[in-house]
Amino acid sequence: MEKRDVAVLGVGQTKFGYHPDKSLVDLFAEAFYEAFNESNIELKDIQAIYYGNFVGEMTDGSANLSGFISDEIGLRGIPARRYEAACASSSVAFREAYLAVAHGIYDCVAVGGSERLYNAGTAIGTRALATAVDGLHEMTAGLTFPGVFALAARLYSKKYEIPMEKLHEKMALVSIKNHKYGAMNPKAQFYNKFGDLKVEDVLNSKVICSPLTLFDCCPMTDGGSAVIIASVDFAEDVIDNPVYVLGTGQSGAGGLFRQREDMVRAIPRKIAAEMAYKEAKLTPKDIDFVEIHDCFTIAEIIASEAMGFFEYGKGADAVEEGETWVEGSIPINPDGGLIGKGHPVGATGTSQIYAVVKQLRNEFKYNQIKDAEIGMTDTLGGDFGTLVNIILGIHRR
Amino acid sequence: MADTISFKEYFDALLEGKLLGLKCSDCGAYTCPPKAVCDSCGSRNVERAELSGKGRITTFTTTYIAPVGYDKEVPYTVAMVELEEGPWIVGRLEIENADEIGQDLIGEEVVVEGKEFPTEMFYPDKKKRVVPVFRLEKA
Ligand SMILES: [Zn+2]
Repeated sequence: MEKRDVAVLGVGQTKFGYHPDKSLVDLFAEAFYEAFNESNIELKDIQAIYYGNFVGEMTDGSANLSGFISDEIGLRGIPARRYEAACASSSVAFREAYLAVAHGIYDCVAVGGSERLYNAGTAIGTRALATAVDGLHEMTAGLTFPGVFALAARLYSKKYEIPMEKLHEKMALVSIKNHKYGAMNPKAQFYNKFGDLKVEDVLNSKVICSPLTLFDCCPMTDGGSAVIIASVDFAEDVIDNPVYVLGTGQSGAGGLFRQREDMVRAIPRKIAAEMAYKEAKLTPKDIDFVEIHDCFTIAEIIASEAMGFFEYGKGADAVEEGETWVEGSIPINPDGGLIGKGHPVGATGTSQIYAVVKQLRNEFKYNQIKDAEIGMTDTLGGDFGTLVNIILGIHRR
Repeated sequence: MADTISFKEYFDALLEGKLLGLKCSDCGAYTCPPKAVCDSCGSRNVERAELSGKGRITTFTTTYIAPVGYDKEVPYTVAMVELEEGPWIVGRLEIENADEIGQDLIGEEVVVEGKEFPTEMFYPDKKKRVVPVFRLEKA
């Protein structure tokens, strides 16, 4: 069946950080209304809600959130559903929403997510995040999320014969870059903070899971994000600056122990990215900038390789050579990424789309990528368990 | 044909020093921990097998910040081991100085055994938590 083209009408994102006084519903509502207000539509135009949330059960004692969300934002009774795919929850929600509109099931839908991990505290937050590893065979050993990427960092060092100390210095540059950009982003958790980190600051911060230190890790975050999408015919009737969805891809894998040494090649990501490139009829060289899932410094490096921007084993050098900075050949995370902006898990995917859409509309007030026409997102759920890539552009494919 | 091993059976055997898995009658590959199909080719034509329990460390990390339920155990070292028969498993390496040794630990030969820890609120087995523990061969 021929798919229809789909466009983004509006995007919204709350301030990321600590929100002790806003519920999961409040955070989604705030982001939703920002997206709605720039979409030039009426509430009744929205036919369905695709909502991403990872661990509402553990942080807020709340599951079954979709009905509450739709009711509280004034869309009582429309079909709403919650997507859970760990950190990729709202990216999976976005892709499912895109497919529904592309295949003519709906003309206009709302997508987004919210999460409250900062408010949950480190001990519960760490346990909640760890629900995304294999519940038996990885959890029994107490494997945590920083642990997963610490295992990957040591394996990367061994496989590509880069001494761990040397690799860690290169990884530190990812943290320095993303904190520099996050410090510029008014909606980031670390706005005006850590904008001038040094390699020693990263290496000497508290060890979380060796070799990863605190500054190798993204923070625990509360926040929400939302996107409204519609068929191109609908979109071009109501707004004059649509951003088009050019391609999407999704893949997955089992536990780290099933992926074995492929974990440093992130095979599901390679599959998802190639699916998105194929649909968009583009190659990695056509992408002007990318929002990558930098939950940990090493994660950004591995992702930049699997998505095809650099050869396997060369991603760490690319950071050092400036390729991934705003002035480089493929800017990664000009909004600060998860490390600088924060990582409200279920809201992260659509906040990446928020950042890409703002860039493509030339509305970035800092780090605007000049003449950017095509941007891409990359969201990872679990230990490479779910991978989603989305390509957006200002021209129809 | 399509032998299955429950997680209880797998962990109980590990406590007795036996590492259970599956051997594929189609491609010959081993699957451990066991699952519904051969991990290499997807065949359901699998039979239970006892593995040697020997392997080499492929990567590891010492955890200093643990989730609730595991916080009394810090610091602890999680390692991945490539078994002689091919599969990789996750477990604990009970040595104090993993970080000092660093990358040189990778490639070291180990033997796996089961050790019982207190379970926690969210762990699937509400009676006990059996952790594969790796003992260094040359220690
Ligand atoms: Zn087989």
